[in-house]
Amino acid sequence: MVQTKLRSLAPKNDVISFLILAAILLVALPVLFDIFRLNLIGKYLTFAFVALGLVLSWGLGGILSLGQGIFFGLGGYAMAMFLKLEASSPENTQIQSTPGIPDFMDWNQLTELPWFWEPFHSFGFTVFAIFALPALFAYIIGAAMFKRRVGGVYFAIITQAIAAILTILIIGQQGFTGGVNGITDLRTLHGWDIRTDSAKYVLYFVNVVLLLITLVAAQYIRKSKLGRLLVAMRDSEDRVRFSGYDVSNFKIFIFCIAGIFSSIGGAMFTLQVGFMSPSLIGIVPSIEMVIFAAVGGNLSIFGAIYGALIVNWAKTILSESYPELWLFAMGALFIAVVLAFPKGLAGIYESHVQPWVDKKLKAIQKKKAEK
Amino acid sequence: MFADYTWAELGSIFAMQGFSGLILFSVLLLMALGLAIIFGQMGVINMAHGEFMILGAYITYLTSNLFSTYLPDLFGIYFFIAIIFAFIGTFLLGALVEWSLIRHLYKRPLDTLLATWGLSLILQQLYRTVFGPREVGVTLPDWMMGSFAVSEMIEVPVNGMIVMVITLFITVGVFLFLQKSRKGKQSRAVVQNRAMAGAVGIDTARVDRFTFALGCGIAGIAGATFTMIGSTGPTSGQLYIVDTFLVVVFGGAASLLGTIASAFSISQAQSIMEFFLSGSMAKVLTLLTVIVILMLRPQGLFSLKVRR
Repeated sequence: MVQTKLRSLAPKNDVISFLILAAILLVALPVLFDIFRLNLIGKYLTFAFVALGLVLSWGLGGILSLGQGIFFGLGGYAMAMFLKLEASSPENTQIQSTPGIPDFMDWNQLTELPWFWEPFHSFGFTVFAIFALPALFAYIIGAAMFKRRVGGVYFAIITQAIAAILTILIIGQQGFTGGVNGITDLRTLHGWDIRTDSAKYVLYFVNVVLLLITLVAAQYIRKSKLGRLLVAMRDSEDRVRFSGYDVSNFKIFIFCIAGIFSSIGGAMFTLQVGFMSPSLIGIVPSIEMVIFAAVGGNLSIFGAIYGALIVNWAKTILSESYPELWLFAMGALFIAVVLAFPKGLAGIYESHVQPWVDKKLKAIQKKKAEK
Repeated sequence: MFADYTWAELGSIFAMQGFSGLILFSVLLLMALGLAIIFGQMGVINMAHGEFMILGAYITYLTSNLFSTYLPDLFGIYFFIAIIFAFIGTFLLGALVEWSLIRHLYKRPLDTLLATWGLSLILQQLYRTVFGPREVGVTLPDWMMGSFAVSEMIEVPVNGMIVMVITLFITVGVFLFLQKSRKGKQSRAVVQNRAMAGAVGIDTARVDRFTFALGCGIAGIAGATFTMIGSTGPTSGQLYIVDTFLVVVFGGAASLLGTIASAFSISQAQSIMEFFLSGSMAKVLTLLTVIVILMLRPQGLFSLKVRR
């Protein structure tokens, strides 16, 4: 009984894909690259959390959010606020007119810590906030929209507007948020210097393990009754509604999950890269996050991770050597994914590579049987 | 916050801010008109709308250079010719885009969003390659500059007046076109019921292309007009796009009248709050209000009662 349940949760193909991915991320990449490149890959992988959330909400649930940067930012800023408070202890900030508050507040003539910064002295609260803030925010947005049956295009535009509002707010309130520079100059986590190479190695592995756990969670959701209901809803919302399900609650739930995933990614981004700024959470980055999921294939949780890796990798390489080509390439990628392969890399794999692999496997099995 | 001002001052402030709100209203309306046709009527999400505006602005910039170099005598009227050029240029590009991209995606509105976003990235880089990364501005002929004083405290800039007149003219034109002309009626028919429109002999593919191109052409006119009040850079288009979509959605997507009403309320709210708060906070409050109202009334201010 347990075994059959496990098998339905984790079909053979998915287990193999999972093991291959884990081997690539945990063994192959750390062996192949030095810490500078590995740190970059870790940065790309933080976007994979967002792409994973988008596969659930957009691919499965049909809810396209153009504001995932909001949630990435919530997690990222929560972590950055904690690290910043640690970095601006009274001893470190003696030269300021008010020691003990972050440097940008001092520059903006603030004399005491704003109330909403206070709880971020505690690491426990910060971790709690990384999960609770996006969930709460997503719940408010989701409840307000889905209960009124706002969906599709309108939802996309409104989430985009919310991303715009948040960016304007962060940039405008420089004294509270660090403004357009964001929160920078982060140094230690509980006295552990996060800027050293050894810390970066550790953070990379923590990131990968978290990503793999998230992946398992996503797979669980995908295979559960909820996941099947989501697909049914995407294809025919009214039928599911008439079958007696409260469609909006499922949508809110999956939107919250996608938000939490993105927030974890944001927090890991702050830890590995050492800063958080509004340039990562506005409209443009939010739409780029959608393309990570789209390139990988918006129906495939594994595709999302490869999509985030490959697109970001290409971006780094192209914009290093041919900065003017990058936007052309990115634009062409958007158009190609929509027109030529709507199911992304995962779709190409399924229709071209997998049949070939299956055939080979069968041939091997046959040979064994003959012996 | 009102206590620091006398009544006369407050009156002037409201008049001045109201007037700059009117200019903002014209700008928003011009931006949104093209989108109201493309998004409101056709249901296509055109994220490259801002880039079509920028194309219009660049065409105006080229025309002004052309006139100042070869036809300095006629420089006073170059602007009107530039508007026509801008319309033609963006109309043609719009038709090309519809033919190569949009027509394959009519059944997948969310995908038009991604594809046109890709298009907008390509156009941005194209502008950067051709015109350079820096912002360009046009020289206005003398008669378009300056302002006249209405009272001691109230001044009205001439270019703002011109923007308002152009907006009025275009809005009435679009309205008449959609309501009265044969082509306009055809395009409304295709939007409302494609199969039926095709059955009565309307070439729906051609009408689609024309409607999309018309929306782009109006974006081009908007861009040309904006050269009077600001400079143009490769990425300026992205600044407009969220505002423009919100205006159209807030007004009720399929209603031109709604677009006008929403552009008016958004611009007045923004401009009056701007005087008392910082510009960014005014914008945040305006956008938030719009979103909250949209949550209460998802179909927008004015919605058509259509059986779907």
